[in-house]
Amino acid sequence: MATASSPAVLADATRDETSLSRFLHGLPGVDQVGVEARAASLGTRSIKKAAKLWAIDTAISMVDLTTLEGADTRGKVRSLAAKARRPDPDRPDTPPVAAVCVYPDMAATAVEALAGTGIGVASVATAFPSGRSSREVKLADVRLAVEAGATEVDMVIDRGAFLEGRYGHVFDEIRAVKQACGDAHLKVILETGELATYDNVRRASWLGLLAGGDFIKTSTGKVSPAATLPVTHVMLQAVRDWYDVTGQLRGVKPAGGIRSTKDALRYLVAVREVAGEEWLTPELFRFGASSLLGDLVLQRRTQHDGHYSGPDYVAVD
Amino acid sequence: MSDRLSVAKTYKLYIDGKFPRSESGRTYPVTDAEGEFLANASHASRKDVRDAVSAARKAFGGWSGATAYNRGQVLYRVAEMLEGRREQFAAEVAACEGVPTAEAMSTVDAAVDRWVWYAGWTDKIASVLGAANPVAGPYFSFTVPEPTGVVGVLAPQSSSLLGLVSVLAPVVATGCTAVVVSSADRPLPAITLSEVLATSDVPGGVVNVLTGRADELGPWLASHADVNAVDPTGASAESRVDIAQQASGTVKRVLTVPGDDPDWTRRPDISRLRRYLEAKTVWHPKGT
Repeated sequence: MATASSPAVLADATRDETSLSRFLHGLPGVDQVGVEARAASLGTRSIKKAAKLWAIDTAISMVDLTTLEGADTRGKVRSLAAKARRPDPDRPDTPPVAAVCVYPDMAATAVEALAGTGIGVASVATAFPSGRSSREVKLADVRLAVEAGATEVDMVIDRGAFLEGRYGHVFDEIRAVKQACGDAHLKVILETGELATYDNVRRASWLGLLAGGDFIKTSTGKVSPAATLPVTHVMLQAVRDWYDVTGQLRGVKPAGGIRSTKDALRYLVAVREVAGEEWLTPELFRFGASSLLGDLVLQRRTQHDGHYSGPDYVAVD
Repeated sequence: MSDRLSVAKTYKLYIDGKFPRSESGRTYPVTDAEGEFLANASHASRKDVRDAVSAARKAFGGWSGATAYNRGQVLYRVAEMLEGRREQFAAEVAACEGVPTAEAMSTVDAAVDRWVWYAGWTDKIASVLGAANPVAGPYFSFTVPEPTGVVGVLAPQSSSLLGLVSVLAPVVATGCTAVVVSSADRPLPAITLSEVLATSDVPGGVVNVLTGRADELGPWLASHADVNAVDPTGASAESRVDIAQQASGTVKRVLTVPGDDPDWTRRPDISRLRRYLEAKTVWHPKGT
């Protein structure tokens, strides 16, 4: 699709609001029936034995263990951090997760609890989850997270502005946040459940990539539908095309609604088939999830023990 | 004499209140005592066991949390529905077990009575097995029986209805949820019982009925960490050893089997109920 694009075209696209709009609307439309059929057919692929074990371990290492509740306490964040370090304390060979994802005021607690482990601390920011606030407030939110030591920032785009067609506004905001992030990785949450069409998902993906997002992320987890396979397909296509044009590798993070190992394996198949093998790493693909880790650990035990395990034996929350 | 062809049925499993096919897609023909074809039944696999156990676990909170009185009412309702299908059960028992219709009728009646008997125990068992313990101190000490959890039941192979009811009813009467593997060669009464359960007020997942080989599915039930008790009645003698070994890793309770072909018409006692209950003792200060 974006084979027509080139670095020069991309540079031109970000010149002003009109050309940005022209570029995004010039992207080819998504074949809704096609992408849904492909996602469904790839979802039926059977993965067993050694491949399954590898996939489970890979999925565990890709989890952004998340708690984004009003009732979050520092104690809960610390226990989540402990779980992140050792998802299954009985089996020390279980890999740690990629990151812990919290609200900005909890970032400091998470940083302290994860010091020296190599596990990232992701903080949501920019008036998460609605994104309805002034830019100053959003940037202050980002600074709060970064100063607390967050290594990754998950921002939400202004969906209202995006749906009104004010792409320049969204673009500038992502740019500004990226700048405020400094060295921290930026994940751009598109909230695809509010974008209505696959075409909009594709446009928002490109917008996020053009503005410098290191990751594009499906959802906040607060809106239903959250991550779905077809939407993730569209976003994986976008990062793949971005790579083909610019040579830069950018990541994708589906979040929300992924609860079982089976779901996770379907996503990994999609990553392998749509983006490519080089995306099968925590640097370029993440799962935003809270209960998924419990099921992954449960299935890992089932594979190793040769019999079914139960929630009495692992921490499920 | 009509030339009409009868409808050859292919029955399905009963998991989580629904009637799915076996995940494996397998079926096997069921014949009557003379070897005449009766119907096809699903041949359940390891993964059907897995699905049934997770359904039973999901249903456990609601069923064990229901009041004993409420559970009793639901089980009485099942007995009413059993009674309503008396003719159908009698025909199936007669065909499967090769007994005369009159005997099959009395077996069905005994099964209904058995179900009612256990239904009556739901709100009485706590007074019989529970206690207010005399203790030396300013405390009340109570012992209350609580349901064990998910129970895997391998139903008797020969007594297809009365035996099945005798091993299943005590499980649900205590508040446990069940995964039942029916008699392999005589599964029709179990299948009809699952239709009865589906149309009674029993919540989906409280009873899950699998048709298939007890010796194939038993070890998977026994080794499953999320199963709290196993009744190996329907397994062969050598398979029971295997089941006991598998169960030792995770399962807390394995019922002792009364013998290879016990007389199910004998009056039951509460020993089966007792095996599916755990005693919880609570100490409570007496106040000032």
